[in-house]
Amino acid sequence: MSTDKTLIRGAKVLGGDQQDVLIENGTVAAVGTGLDPEGATVVEAAGQVLLPGLVDLHTHLREPGREDSETVLTGTRAAAVGGFTAVHAMANTFPVADTAGVVEQVWRLGKESGYCDVQPVGAVTVGLEGKQLAELGAMADSAAGVRVFSDDGKCVDDAVIMRRALEYVKAFDGVVAQHAQEPRLTEGAQMNEGPVSGELGLRGWPAVAEESIIARDVLLAAHVGSRVHICHLSTAGSVEIVRWAKSKGWNVTAEVTPHHLLLTDELVRSYDPVYKVNPPLRTEADVRALREALADGTIDCVATDHAPHPSEDKDCEWAVAAMGMVGLETALSVVQHTMVDTGLLDWAAVADRMSFRPALIGRLSGHGRPVSTGEPANLTLVDPDYRGAVDPAGFASRSRNTPYAGLELPGRVTATFLRGKATVLDGKLV
Amino acid sequence: MKRHLISAADLTRDDAILILDTAEEMARVADRPIKKLPTLRGRTVVNLFFEDSTRTRISFEAAAKRLSADVINFSAKGSSVSKGESLKDTALTLEAMGADAVVIRHHASGAPHRLANSGWIGGSVVNAGDGTHEHPTQALLDAFTMRRHLAGAADGGPVHHRGPGDGTGRDLEGRRVTIVGDVLHSRVARSNVHLLGTLGAHVTLVAPPTLLPIGIENWPCEVSYDLDAVLAKSDAVMMLRVQRERMNAAFFPTEREYSRRYGLDAARMAALPEHAIVMHPGPMNRGMEIAAEVADSVRSTIVEQVSNGVSVRMAVMYLLLGGAAPPAELPAAATARTEEKNS
Ligand SMILES: [Zn+2]
Repeated sequence: MSTDKTLIRGAKVLGGDQQDVLIENGTVAAVGTGLDPEGATVVEAAGQVLLPGLVDLHTHLREPGREDSETVLTGTRAAAVGGFTAVHAMANTFPVADTAGVVEQVWRLGKESGYCDVQPVGAVTVGLEGKQLAELGAMADSAAGVRVFSDDGKCVDDAVIMRRALEYVKAFDGVVAQHAQEPRLTEGAQMNEGPVSGELGLRGWPAVAEESIIARDVLLAAHVGSRVHICHLSTAGSVEIVRWAKSKGWNVTAEVTPHHLLLTDELVRSYDPVYKVNPPLRTEADVRALREALADGTIDCVATDHAPHPSEDKDCEWAVAAMGMVGLETALSVVQHTMVDTGLLDWAAVADRMSFRPALIGRLSGHGRPVSTGEPANLTLVDPDYRGAVDPAGFASRSRNTPYAGLELPGRVTATFLRGKATVLDGKLV
Repeated sequence: MKRHLISAADLTRDDAILILDTAEEMARVADRPIKKLPTLRGRTVVNLFFEDSTRTRISFEAAAKRLSADVINFSAKGSSVSKGESLKDTALTLEAMGADAVVIRHHASGAPHRLANSGWIGGSVVNAGDGTHEHPTQALLDAFTMRRHLAGAADGGPVHHRGPGDGTGRDLEGRRVTIVGDVLHSRVARSNVHLLGTLGAHVTLVAPPTLLPIGIENWPCEVSYDLDAVLAKSDAVMMLRVQRERMNAAFFPTEREYSRRYGLDAARMAALPEHAIVMHPGPMNRGMEIAAEVADSVRSTIVEQVSNGVSVRMAVMYLLLGGAAPPAELPAAATARTEEKNS
């Protein structure tokens, strides 16, 4: 455990000039050069980049109900390793997080873990069934203070339910995060619908199933004057719709996952279910459009959609395999690889897309703050010069379902601070 | 040849011709009084069927037995597999039993690929049909049948229904093959497009647009929505089975409309060139995609395809397991008889 006082020496703050950052009593006490190390644990950070603690809008922690794949404790440890200081825990647990009781339970487990703040997401509808609104107000008023509501894993496909949810959450400045997937167009869908699915004989998940819902929802949000957030946007067409909605001044935000910034449906030719994810991996053209949209701000943020699954749910034939990939521990490396090393984003913009904006969308206070005196010391230190192959055996997550095993990726989180307390130091969990 | 047969696309032209030529040798064995060869004696072939298909299973079983292999039939129905055992655990069991080859039929596309590439088993994997992906031995037996009819005459041309010929050494260069029906859900169509292209044939797929996959314009074949427009220039017409239930998912309005637009009846058959053959992988829906009088006509190779299936599957197992000996070195019938006595 760290002492109360830590001096991070010589880090490039948000990728800018080298500075010392002094942390005291959970807050940033000073930022400058030649700060006095007296009484402080010194973290030598020459050549490294200091970012505000990363914030994930989309994490599946699986507890309660699927503790065989992840728990709040193992998931928050994985988050800390990945440089996150706050994660939004998705509602599709067993039981579903559709009551104040369940969201408070998850919130409390997060407090107890101490590795990363856990902000529960509340279900929009009871049991994610899409039929009846869950008690959104009770979840908002609970100790968990829920502001993001989502039936993620399922789409709120009924237009009336979606309209009402969008309107209702205005009362407490909430947002509905939509998993955009028209259900009838994606029955039994196994992968992106395109030339590859046709060849492989796997049922297609067409881009239009995502785009048609996004188009409807931005129109609904505009009509009722609400804000809507689009989960894991995955197609070039979706980018165009969000860009158009933003040009109208509508209150629309969107996220993209690291895997959709890097991987394409060509990988499905292996029939290895490690590449099975929802929404599915798309095409090269989609990847290009997503990167450009994240760079120009059309897509607001990166969210991991960290989806742990036990090995038996992936060690099988494609059709019966579970959908999803773990992502917390590789997210920043993938973003560096796809966005920073390609010149599309600088580190200040990474701070924006992975901390400031997701915290703003989730209405988190205390996260996504600038690295300056008096701010909460939620910080992430990255060594951008590191190169290493991804080794799932070393994951802090309980699950190993990563598509990057053996892939050499740049960058490594060397330290993470949650309100001044180191959760990761020298690249290892504290 | 590769160690496994998963996709018809894995076969080079030389591989394909070697298999077809070997199958001709195997067919000659079938004409002998003793139909067995000792080639795979002591080798174990497992028929792992996750999907009911008696005709395909029997064909593989007959092929393996004629090569003297020990055959284990492992049907998912009523076994531990139907009780939720995973493909992986089943594979590990087969490996422990010393399977030299696993013939797998599975309702999930890619399951044979998974079995062959996951390191669960060491033997050869033969795809006997996976989901809506591929059925490479069906394509081989179709190509074998086409070659006998369309390139089986002494001059390399068609035999004009005067019995099947022998096209040994030849490919299907320039032959025009029309495949009609539910291409979207057809593993037979996918394998045939790959293999027939490799063998030099020109393939045209005919279907209502709803039953063609997205991206078909990238396939190495032509596509038509109009059956009548292509019949006159077809050397072979292959009718695919169309499940009646597809109309419930709005792939086509009614059986009658499907049959009228895409079924092969006597009038359409009359529009074919004189030498053309009519094929069907079975099982047929008589009256739906093919009229009974067409299925039973002199042009129909449907029954022949079944017997050719055994020869082709013998050739595949022989080449995968028995080594790559050229077919000329196959043991003589006399040897087979001796082995038969000893076994
Ligand atoms: Zn989702």
